[in-house]
Amino acid sequence: MRQTKDALLRGLLWASAAVSVGILVLIVGFIFYKGIGYISFDFIFGDYSPTGGGGILPMIVTTIYTIAISLIIATPLGILAAVYLQEYAKQGRLVNMIRFATESLTGIPSIIYGLFGAVFFVATLKLGMSIIAASLTLTIIVLPVIIRTTEEALKTVPAAYREGSLALGTTKLQTLYKVILPSAMPGILSGIILSIGRIVGESAAIFLTAGTVAAMPDSIFSSARTLTVHSYLVTQESGDIGLAAAVGIVLIVLIFAINMTATFISKKLNKADF
Amino acid sequence: MTSPVDTTKTDITKANKRKYAMEKVSSKIFLICALLSVFSLVLIVGFVFYKGATPFVAGGYSFIDFIFGSDWVPSEDKFGIWPMIVASLYATVGALIIGVPIGLFTAIFLAEIAPKSVARILSPAIQLLAGIPSVLYGVFGLAIIVPFLQNNLGLARGQSLIAVIIVLAIMMLPTIVTVCETAIRAVPKTYREGSLALGASQIGTIFKVIVPAAKSGILAAIVLGLGRAIGETMAVILVAGNALIIPTSLTDSVRPLTTNIALEMGYAAGTHQEMLFATGIVLFSFILILNFVLAKIAKGGQ
Repeated sequence: MRQTKDALLRGLLWASAAVSVGILVLIVGFIFYKGIGYISFDFIFGDYSPTGGGGILPMIVTTIYTIAISLIIATPLGILAAVYLQEYAKQGRLVNMIRFATESLTGIPSIIYGLFGAVFFVATLKLGMSIIAASLTLTIIVLPVIIRTTEEALKTVPAAYREGSLALGTTKLQTLYKVILPSAMPGILSGIILSIGRIVGESAAIFLTAGTVAAMPDSIFSSARTLTVHSYLVTQESGDIGLAAAVGIVLIVLIFAINMTATFISKKLNKADF
Repeated sequence: MTSPVDTTKTDITKANKRKYAMEKVSSKIFLICALLSVFSLVLIVGFVFYKGATPFVAGGYSFIDFIFGSDWVPSEDKFGIWPMIVASLYATVGALIIGVPIGLFTAIFLAEIAPKSVARILSPAIQLLAGIPSVLYGVFGLAIIVPFLQNNLGLARGQSLIAVIIVLAIMMLPTIVTVCETAIRAVPKTYREGSLALGASQIGTIFKVIVPAAKSGILAAIVLGLGRAIGETMAVILVAGNALIIPTSLTDSVRPLTTNIALEMGYAAGTHQEMLFATGIVLFSFILILNFVLAKIAKGGQ
């Protein structure tokens, strides 16, 4: 009796794993199968043409803009916030409040961020539907990611490093810049790279704040569409699955490269450190 | 006239003073950066709630009619989101019913049953899939799942509640597998050894000892998956069909809360737009309640 039950459960475990892996392979396989025919040099580096046959360079450029702007703002703010929480703050009500806020921000769905961005950055601050409005919205989305990963990285710096440095007569700030941050660097970097993945994959918030203009952006104040939004619109409006899948391939390759870099950096720097 | 020694002394005092000042200023700057997330949260909640509450406070609309009304016709000034609330709940619960067992079992397989060499390839691969933009799951759903349902269930349109459920379940799989696997791997080896030494079978050990020990991590995985499912927008639009009816069967076309916001925000103005913010408040409250309930469950279990 027990043996049959065990065998049954074991079978279920194998079956579930097979289903999970099978479906996920199917999705990636599907995207590549449908999209690979569209991929060419002109597709990736060509300007968009509304009549079809054009490339996706404007969307790639827009995606890079949003990544760059949000990271330029979110990285220093996030790192310094984490430094405060880990190195300076005394545990208490204030820290609890900050922790609560950071965690709550992580749980908010991106469409709510989109609503907020649309009313605050787009309308109230009069930035209009633009790359900058989307980037500022994304800044708030990735801020908790950077804060949390930096905090984790700071936790792994041995207390002896701090004590050793302070015992040599350095100030807290010097210890921070010369000792703590450098040894926490791999963790911080992988946090930043994770945020890039989050930005690249984001769609709803960008859809409501950057708009959908399919053209090379003149400046960060123009409305434009990122790769994910393009993939969505192509599917929704023209039902061109192949084209959407081709954009999907670019996205998947990008995410893959981003993750590889994160793993590589944290391994490399970890080795260099110890 | 001062001696050179004195000069260096005053120089040092000066330098020290500057250093202390720097220390003070920098710790204040760090504090301000940390407070920024509180500020952002307040701003987001403030703006969304202010905008969303306006029609009920200033416009004389009834909040009860808004929640339980079944007609959403902005042009006729009718704003009822009950169909969307029901759709969101069905879709999320359905996705959990499919996604959690498969995800958890896959995680158990990877952590306990699979040969090391297999797990070493599959685990990072599945982790990577958690990063795939959700839009692509929608594209897949529209191209494969929707036609499949249409042909096999004989539907007029394949875009339906069940299509949403399947897409969301697939989308949450990598997250659930990854988080559950981490939780299961974190269970101390001695638990396993103790159970096996008492004569329990491997499967018995897994389900009676390891899974209960990893319970809080597994719950965390469910919360994460839940958050992803209820908040997902673009992938859902593609496969939901977006009809404004209260779904009575799995094959009905649905319009969840998120979808309503994204579809109409582009052209909405005035009260219509404020009602979309009110929809956002409902979504927001959902997530708060669900997280709260699950936190309670997690606490009660310990």
